[in-house]
Amino acid sequence: MTSTLEAPEEPVTPAARRSPARPGRPRRLSLRDRLFLGVIVGVPLLALLIFVWLPALASFALSFTSWDGISLSDVDWIGWENYSEIFTNYPPFWPAVQHNVIWLLFTALLPTPFGIFLAYQLDRKIRFTRIYQTAIFLPMVLSLAVVGLIWEIIYNPDNGLLNGIIGAVSPGTHIDWLSDPDLNLWAVLVASAWRHTGYIMILYLAGLKGFDPALKEAAALDGANGRQTFLRVVFPALKPVNIVILVVTAMESLRAFDIVYVLGGGIGSKPGMELLSLLITDNIVGETSHIGYGSAIAVIMLLVSLTAICTFLVQNFRKDKEEE
Amino acid sequence: MTATATPPAAPPRAPHGTPDAKRSRPRRQTGRHLFLAGVSLLWLIPLLWAMYTSLRPYEDTAANGYLSWPRSLSLQNFSDAWAQSGLVHFFWNSVLVTVPAVLGTLFFSAAVAFYVSRFDFRWNIALLMLFTAGNLLPAQVLITPLYRLYLQWNLPGFLSDSYLLYNSYWGIIAIHIAYQCGFCTFVLSNYMKTIPKEITEAALVDGAPVWRQFFQIVLPLCRPAFAALATLESIWIYNDFFWPLVLIETGDKRPVTSALASLQGEYFTNPNLIAAGALMTAIPTLIVYFALQRQFISGLTIGSGK
Repeated sequence: MTSTLEAPEEPVTPAARRSPARPGRPRRLSLRDRLFLGVIVGVPLLALLIFVWLPALASFALSFTSWDGISLSDVDWIGWENYSEIFTNYPPFWPAVQHNVIWLLFTALLPTPFGIFLAYQLDRKIRFTRIYQTAIFLPMVLSLAVVGLIWEIIYNPDNGLLNGIIGAVSPGTHIDWLSDPDLNLWAVLVASAWRHTGYIMILYLAGLKGFDPALKEAAALDGANGRQTFLRVVFPALKPVNIVILVVTAMESLRAFDIVYVLGGGIGSKPGMELLSLLITDNIVGETSHIGYGSAIAVIMLLVSLTAICTFLVQNFRKDKEEE
Repeated sequence: MTATATPPAAPPRAPHGTPDAKRSRPRRQTGRHLFLAGVSLLWLIPLLWAMYTSLRPYEDTAANGYLSWPRSLSLQNFSDAWAQSGLVHFFWNSVLVTVPAVLGTLFFSAAVAFYVSRFDFRWNIALLMLFTAGNLLPAQVLITPLYRLYLQWNLPGFLSDSYLLYNSYWGIIAIHIAYQCGFCTFVLSNYMKTIPKEITEAALVDGAPVWRQFFQIVLPLCRPAFAALATLESIWIYNDFFWPLVLIETGDKRPVTSALASLQGEYFTNPNLIAAGALMTAIPTLIVYFALQRQFISGLTIGSGK
C-alpha cells in the first residue's frame, strides 16, 4: 500500500506563512473534506460496530438466557440465574479465576521485566544485536500449531526432551508435565513466557530507540551507574511504552487461550488448567451448548478486562491531553 | 521530563566518570555477550529440538527414542508432509485471507488514526477508545452472535459460493479487519501525533484538500510504522486459527494453520512428520519478519521519542 506512494519530503512552511488561527483547530473543512473523512472513518467504524461491538452486546443479552444455540425461538429469558449459578454452583469457575490471576502475576513478574531487561541490554551499541534479537523474538513469529508441537515433544512424559534431560525416564519416574494438575499450569506458563519475553523485548526496544540519548549522557555525566540511569531516567521517561506493555501483559493474561488450548489437547479444560477463556469455549462450542452460561462467563471476563483496560486508557489519554 | 534528568552535575565527578566507564567497557561487553548469547541459545533450544526431530526418520526415533544419536538425517519428512497434506492449497487459502486483511487493516486504521490525531473533534478520544477497546475484547465473547450473524448475512454468488458470509473468505477478512483495526489505530495515532502539526497546517493553508494531506503527506511519513505493523499483523492474521475454526465450515477453505490441526489428527502416530509440516507453515511468517526486520524496530517507536 505505502509502496505505491512517493514520499514527498514536504518542506515545513516558514512560520510567517502560518495563519494566525490557533493551530490544531478544525478550520472550516469543506464539504468534500468532510465527506472524505466521513467515508474513510465511517467504513471501519461501521465494521467495528457490526462485527465487534454488536456481537459483544448480543453476548451480554444472551447471558440472561437459557439457550441451546439451535433455534432462536428456544431462547428463554431467565434473568440473573446464570450468574448466580456460576458464582455458587459451578466448580471450575473459581479455579479458573485463580489460574487467571496466577497467569497475570507470573507474566507481570517474570517474562515482562526480563523482556525489558533484555531490551535494555540490546539497546547498548553492541555487535550481533540483530542475531540475539531474532533468536529471542522468534517464538512470536511461530504459529500456534508449531508452538504446541514444540512443547508437546519437550513435555512428553515418555520420550520428551525435558524428562530425558532430568533423567525421569525409567518406568515409574516419568513426570507427566501436562496432565499433572499441580504441574500443568506451570508447564504452560513456561511455554507462554517463552513467547511473551520476545514480544515485550521488541516493544521495549522500539521505545528505547526513540529515547533521547542526551538524557542518558546527562545521567552518565552525573555519575549515575547503569542501574540508576535505567530506573531513574530511562524507565520513567518511557511512560507511553510502559503503559502499552502493561496493557499487553494484562490482556494476554486475561484472554490466555491458544497455548492452553493446544497443550491441553483441544476443547475441554483439564484439571489444573481451567481458565476463563476455556470455560467459555467449553460452554459455547462443546457438545452440550449452554450458550447463556458461556455468555455469562464471557461477560464477567469482559467486565474485568474492560475495567483494567479503561483505567490504563483513560490515564494514557488524559496525559496526552495535558501535554498538548 | 528533561528538567529532572539534567541538573548541573557536581563538577568533580563529571570528568572522572567518563574515562572510568570507557576503561571498563571491553570486559563488560564480553559479559553482556555471554549473557545474551546464553539467553538466545536457551530460547532457540525448543525450536532446534523440533528441527532435529523433523529431520529424523520415524523408524529411527521409534526404535531408539528421541533422545538418541541419529542414524541418519534427511528432509524426507518435509517432502512427505508437503506431498501428503496438500499444504500448497492451504497456503493459498492463507494468502487469500492474510493479504487483503493486512492491507485493509493498515489502510482503515491509518484513516481513523489520521482523523483522531490530526483534527480536534469532540468525540476523538471516545472514538479512539472505542477502537482500542474493541481489539481488547476476548474473541470468545464474540463467537456465538458472530456465528449467527454470519449465517444470516447473504452475499451474491460471485463473492461467496455459500451465498453467505458464513464459510466465505470475506467473512474472515472482515472480522480480522474490524478486530485488528483497534491495535493499529492505537499505534498509528500515537505515531501521527509525533508528526509536527505545522506540516499539515501548511498544506491546509496552501489549500490542499484533506485527502491530499492524508495520502501525500501523512501516509508516506508513517512508512516505518506501517512496516512494523505489517510485520505484526501478517504474523497474527496468518497464524490465527480461531476465526476459521468457527466461521468456516468446509475443511478445504481453511487456512494452513488450522489445516495443520487436522494433519495432526490424521498422522497422529508420526510426530516427526507433523514437526516437519508445522515448521513449514512457519516459513511465510519468517520471510515477512526477515524482510521487514530492518524497519520493524524503528517503526514500532510508539511515539515515545517526542
